[in-house]
Amino acid sequence: MDLSSRADEVIAARPSSKPLIEARDVSKIYTVGEQTVRALDGVSLSIQLGEFVAIMGPSGSGKSTMMNLIGALDVPTKGAMELDGRNIATLSSDALADLRNRTIGFVFQQFNLLARTSALRQVMLPLLYAHPRPADAEAMARHRLEQVGLKDRMDHYPSQLSGGQQQRVAIARALVNNPKLLLADEPTGALDSKTSEEIMALFCTLNTEGITVVVVTHEPDVAEYAKRRVLFRDGHVVEDISQPGFMGRAAE
Amino acid sequence: MNVFDSLGIALTALRANTLRSILTTLGIIIGVASVIVMVAVGTGARSEVDRQIASLGSNMLVVFPGSTRVGGRAGGAGTRLPLSERDMQALREKIPGVVAISGLLQGTGPVVYGNANWTTSLMGIHDQFNEVRDWQVIEGRGFTANEVKTAARVALIGKTVADKLFNGGDPLGATIRVTNVPFQIVGVLDSKGQNSFGRDQDDVVMLPMTAARGRIVGRSKLVNDNVGNVHVKFDPGTDLAEAQAQMENLLRQRRSIKPGTEDDFNVRNLSEFMRARTSALTTMGWLLAATSAISLIVGGIGIMNIMLVSVTERTREIGLRMAVGGRRRDILMQFLVEAVALCLLGGLIGVAIGVATATGVALSAQWPILIAPNAILMALGAAALTGVVFGFFPARRAAHLNPIDALRTE
Ligand SMILES: Nc1ncnc2c1ncn2[C@@H]1O[C@H](COP(=O)(O)OP(=O)(O)OP(=O)(O)O)[C@@H](O)[C@H]1O
Ligand SMILES: [Mg+2]
Repeated sequence: MDLSSRADEVIAARPSSKPLIEARDVSKIYTVGEQTVRALDGVSLSIQLGEFVAIMGPSGSGKSTMMNLIGALDVPTKGAMELDGRNIATLSSDALADLRNRTIGFVFQQFNLLARTSALRQVMLPLLYAHPRPADAEAMARHRLEQVGLKDRMDHYPSQLSGGQQQRVAIARALVNNPKLLLADEPTGALDSKTSEEIMALFCTLNTEGITVVVVTHEPDVAEYAKRRVLFRDGHVVEDISQPGFMGRAAE
Repeated sequence: MNVFDSLGIALTALRANTLRSILTTLGIIIGVASVIVMVAVGTGARSEVDRQIASLGSNMLVVFPGSTRVGGRAGGAGTRLPLSERDMQALREKIPGVVAISGLLQGTGPVVYGNANWTTSLMGIHDQFNEVRDWQVIEGRGFTANEVKTAARVALIGKTVADKLFNGGDPLGATIRVTNVPFQIVGVLDSKGQNSFGRDQDDVVMLPMTAARGRIVGRSKLVNDNVGNVHVKFDPGTDLAEAQAQMENLLRQRRSIKPGTEDDFNVRNLSEFMRARTSALTTMGWLLAATSAISLIVGGIGIMNIMLVSVTERTREIGLRMAVGGRRRDILMQFLVEAVALCLLGGLIGVAIGVATATGVALSAQWPILIAPNAILMALGAAALTGVVFGFFPARRAAHLNPIDALRTE
């Protein structure tokens, strides 16, 4: 698969020490009325290209806030957040949009598919915003839909697909731009356990092909698939366990 | 993201709410339709007025006996001093620039040919009348000066009379009875259509002035050579205002009107008079223009309103588009294109309604149907501009959403 060779290239092209994601003493502070909420409080975290990380923690511990920063959807109140070697605080909103477009694929708990839009069109969406725009957008989208097992559902609308299928469409959409990083915030939160397993197995396969995967999850079963687990509590990282040699359950 | 992508998205969004979209564009529909009708009615009416002015004859002044003032000190109709052959003669000789001159007596009466009987408008004219009024004889010939002098029993007839009496047959040389006196037809007049009061100008029989006098209007007690109204055609280079003043002076002298008293005649430039009447049409045009402008503004506010609703409804979609790489300008463009597409949709419906209405008006007023492609383009342009102006604020609001907040909305 060309993705893994691409990932190797990328690794070779930059000093291997440079992580894909680097958070240094990052804080995110919200002020609501009189109250200030420290959603993230001095978090440092670095994730290398090719990792498979599960972010866990109780509700309100700052997982989604961290994902937003990693995904360049938001900037930290304090500290430096670097993505692919660039400090996101220094980038314009256009540059952030381009960075997201080229580097990141998002998968959401609620799928976030467009209504009245066929699976194929959904998947082509990020390519519409790409600069330059690929000439073979449709072929790329078809390829990704085949990869997630939806060869026969290209022309279906979201309302005609099961939850698991909708999430697969969303994953194909996240992959269509050949991103380095797949970010999934509770991707299985709306799915039953069997479908969740299928989705996680798909993530494992993608990871072995070279894509860096970061998944937020509440479920220990789901976290089992990851090679590294980061535990958040009250805006802090309280545990960061790597399992060297553990290739995830999919490899068993 | 280019305009065509944006258009595709916009059409999908509009189709999802077809009825709402059409209702929203009602103001635009009315605005555009009234622009089309306004322009079409304006040009149609103007071309009609121009045609009527041309049918009066160009460079022409008309002298009417009697005061313009209603209830003035000039006496009743029977007592007013008519214009005479000698007045006409004086005008011809003393006023510079006169190329043709003719009196005109008008009345109505029966004309009979065989069993056919028709009541028509009768005119007593001089030989130059056809030239003065640019009213050609298309078959046969006009009157000669001698025929007018000798009160010859000859006649010119209009198309309508020819049709009524001869029903397709050749009227030339035939003898008809006008007020029971036989006249020989020597010419058929060119068709002039309706005049500005809707009267058929082709429903006419013209007789030599001298033969008509006393027959179609009573003889005047004051002069025995009454010529009715005097129509005077001038050289194209003539200053008609100047000529009018000279004519007034001459006639005041001839009619011994003391300085400071009112004229007992009046000289009119009928084309000016017709043109003045178009100003009423122009006023109507402005009213319609105001209607369309107001409709477009009201329509624009409707568009803005629905676009704000649309932005709110689609906040998550906007967040998603931003997450996958949509820039602010892409989002702005998407909603702007949607607003413009909505307005153009309304514009197209408005054009259809406007063209239908303008055609209806033209048919009932018997004007030529004049729908300028420019007017359609202008109306659609106005609609598109409305979309841009009123779509901008909602589109900007969408473009400045924060992606996380947008993604998090329910
Ligand atoms: N926009 C915001 N304004 C104010 N407070 C916020 C905002 N977003 C998040 N927070 C607060 O920040 C804290 C962390 O929220 P976050 O969404 O990151 O939690 P989480 O770990 O993802 O929780 P969950 O597992 O329930 O999704 C919470 O206390 C939340 O109330
Ligand atoms: Mg969360």
